[in-house]
Amino acid sequence: MTEKKEYRGSIHQRQKDLMLAWYDQLDQAANTGNPSTVSMMISGNCVELLEGFGAVPLYPEINALQLAIRHQSLEPILAAEDLGYAADNCAYVKADIGCILKGITPTGGKLPTPTLILCNFVGCNTYLKWFEHLAKLQNAPLYVIDVPFMRADEPSQSDLGYVVKQLHEAVKKLEQLTGRKFDYDRFRQAVECSSRSEELWSQIKHLARRSPSPFDAYFDAITLMGPLYVYRAKPEGVEFFEAALAELQAKADAGKGVYEKEHFRLVMEGPPPYPYFRTFRDMFAKWQACAVASTYSTVGGLWEFGFRHDPDHPFESVAMHMIAQNVTNRNFLQRYEQIRRYVEDWNADGVIIHFVKSCRLFSAGQGDMRDYFTKQLGVPTLYIESDLEDPRYFAEAQTKNRIDAFFEALEHAKATASVRG
Amino acid sequence: MPCFERTFDICTELRFPTVREWKQARPGGKAIAYFPVYAPVELIHAAGMLPVCLSGAGDRLDIQHADARFGSFICSIVKTTMEMGLTGYLEPFDGFLFSSICDSARNLCFVMKRNFPGMYVDFLHLPHNPSSPAAAQFLAEEYRRILVELQRLGNCQVHDDALVRSINLYNRARALIRELYELRRRNPEMVPTGELYQVIRAGNFLPVEEHTTQLERALAQFRSRSAKQRDSIRIVVEGSFCEQPPLPMIRLIEDAGCYIVDDDFVIGQSWFDSDVPTEGDPLLTLATSYLDRSVYSSVRHDFRKPRWEGLVEKVRRSRADAVLFLIAKFCEPAYFDYVPYRQELERAGIPHLQLEFEEKSFTFDRLRMEVETFVESLVFD
Repeated sequence: MTEKKEYRGSIHQRQKDLMLAWYDQLDQAANTGNPSTVSMMISGNCVELLEGFGAVPLYPEINALQLAIRHQSLEPILAAEDLGYAADNCAYVKADIGCILKGITPTGGKLPTPTLILCNFVGCNTYLKWFEHLAKLQNAPLYVIDVPFMRADEPSQSDLGYVVKQLHEAVKKLEQLTGRKFDYDRFRQAVECSSRSEELWSQIKHLARRSPSPFDAYFDAITLMGPLYVYRAKPEGVEFFEAALAELQAKADAGKGVYEKEHFRLVMEGPPPYPYFRTFRDMFAKWQACAVASTYSTVGGLWEFGFRHDPDHPFESVAMHMIAQNVTNRNFLQRYEQIRRYVEDWNADGVIIHFVKSCRLFSAGQGDMRDYFTKQLGVPTLYIESDLEDPRYFAEAQTKNRIDAFFEALEHAKATASVRG
Repeated sequence: MPCFERTFDICTELRFPTVREWKQARPGGKAIAYFPVYAPVELIHAAGMLPVCLSGAGDRLDIQHADARFGSFICSIVKTTMEMGLTGYLEPFDGFLFSSICDSARNLCFVMKRNFPGMYVDFLHLPHNPSSPAAAQFLAEEYRRILVELQRLGNCQVHDDALVRSINLYNRARALIRELYELRRRNPEMVPTGELYQVIRAGNFLPVEEHTTQLERALAQFRSRSAKQRDSIRIVVEGSFCEQPPLPMIRLIEDAGCYIVDDDFVIGQSWFDSDVPTEGDPLLTLATSYLDRSVYSSVRHDFRKPRWEGLVEKVRRSRADAVLFLIAKFCEPAYFDYVPYRQELERAGIPHLQLEFEEKSFTFDRLRMEVETFVESLVFD
């Protein structure tokens, strides 16, 4: 039953090229001071706003995960722990701080000191601390956009107005720091590009409803997420997602899946263990188990249920995206509902909950989530623990055993059900 | 000291006797429990309800169910709160209020909502950008929203004069705590923290009117004491703003040769550094007070003034010799702040020691040794 296979289309190469071009721009900014750069968090990022200044986003999370995936995260983590960070602090933060201390970058090129550290706080309290620490360490200006957490089904007018006002304040701050006037037309065009990228991305995600799914909506989706956060507000982003959709659409139309036979369809909850990304993927490939949906791929934005940025209301739609349309600022029960919808509409056999010790936003209470899906909804659920950045918390044999046991049980249940007819 | 004996029972009894008494005396009266650290208790009080600050369960409750809901690497108070809910200890309450202090407590709010579907469970978003001119209006609206919910729950109308009365009452209690802290800074030998802590923590469970009486009595008692100065070092304790260390641990720190001259224990009871104004729209004054009068804390973010400056000022103001970081296990806000705090203390030449605890800790031998060694290192420096 062993099958280790994944789709490697031209979009994977194009994705690499785009991300390297982004790192080149950051290197150029570090060397020449141009273009301006703005540190932001992935979750609910407002990259559209930066386009109004021709500024380039700097995402510490992408740097951290790149290091982990290349098995280089432990050294900077230990450097940060030497500074006083605890074993139980978020390892993304530690890896990032450690990299700055030691001058490590994912490509070997330089990373600039940002023109502004823009903390787009969306639900993650660690973001606030992380960016405070970066501002102190890098002696860079800090601005926090406070995004009210989703404590009701929909944001209130007060929530929306508060974020819109802060976006205008952030624009003023960026005008001071970059010495450039905010280009509203360019911002509006960026919002237009985002809405198109999002439509394409959403269509890609809906392709996973087909059986077999033409891509893995967890492991492959992560490949597409880099361009989604860095380029979605640019024409290059739209082109990238057009090509990606065409490629995956053709694959789906030809009835080709990720595996020769798609044996199980899964919903994945939680970030992946980046230090063991390949190993972890293989544990599912062995069972020809394909993720058809994942919550992690909605960290930056939740688009498969219809939300788009709106060029006719650019500030308001950026605010709405930050408040209501990304998984991290939505409350825990809204995440249950999102997963439930995936299970039903994407026709999944089970849910894998990956608890990562670094991220309490994702993980605190996931035992209750398991309780809800298994006891209340009767959905087969597997709960496993490791970390997204720190290689010391991945128990390979134990994780593999649990995954194997889960699929054995699932297979048995399927066989029994088919005998019963 | 009968006053302190009663506060010990109030602080340690898991079945909330003071809340039950209060409700028995007021048929139909509602009690609202809030999760630490800060809550606008005036809103709850003005609605004729009893605000109660949840304080964990110490070592007095076995965790049977909550571990399975919250998994590893999550602090104890989140789990004990969940456990108390699942095992009936929170039965005296009619609602729960949480706020944006950390990700674990925030998720707990929504897990509670699912597990107690008939209950009023709400989440208060406290602003993280006080620099924004829009923050005050936003927070006043947020308070208004919660007040509407409370009015619905209590089937009552809350007018501005009731809010002002409540603000005055809590102003008085907070001013008394500030006075007690000032007295302790001046004469720590007269105000042992083991006792002061209990009197203040009792405010988590008592009606403010009764707590104020206790604070007044405590102030009078402490003032009338004649105590000999001990040869102790003066320390500030930082990091115990949410989950609370066991009381014996606080006493042990004092016995090991420390005067605790300032701390952030149960800091929600004394959240403002000056009175909340009683002129104008009370919800707006409560909101602006949160933005401009709050003490610094690991769970409040104000990039206009870094918290580490607040800590160094506190050390200077209290003429402390050192800082003791007393951090709850898995408390991420405290873990994070430890790094810049430590850097700034070292820059200012202020010695510090970091210790970790869990509310359920019950053996303290190692801790005693560490504190004694730290004290010795300072005394014989």
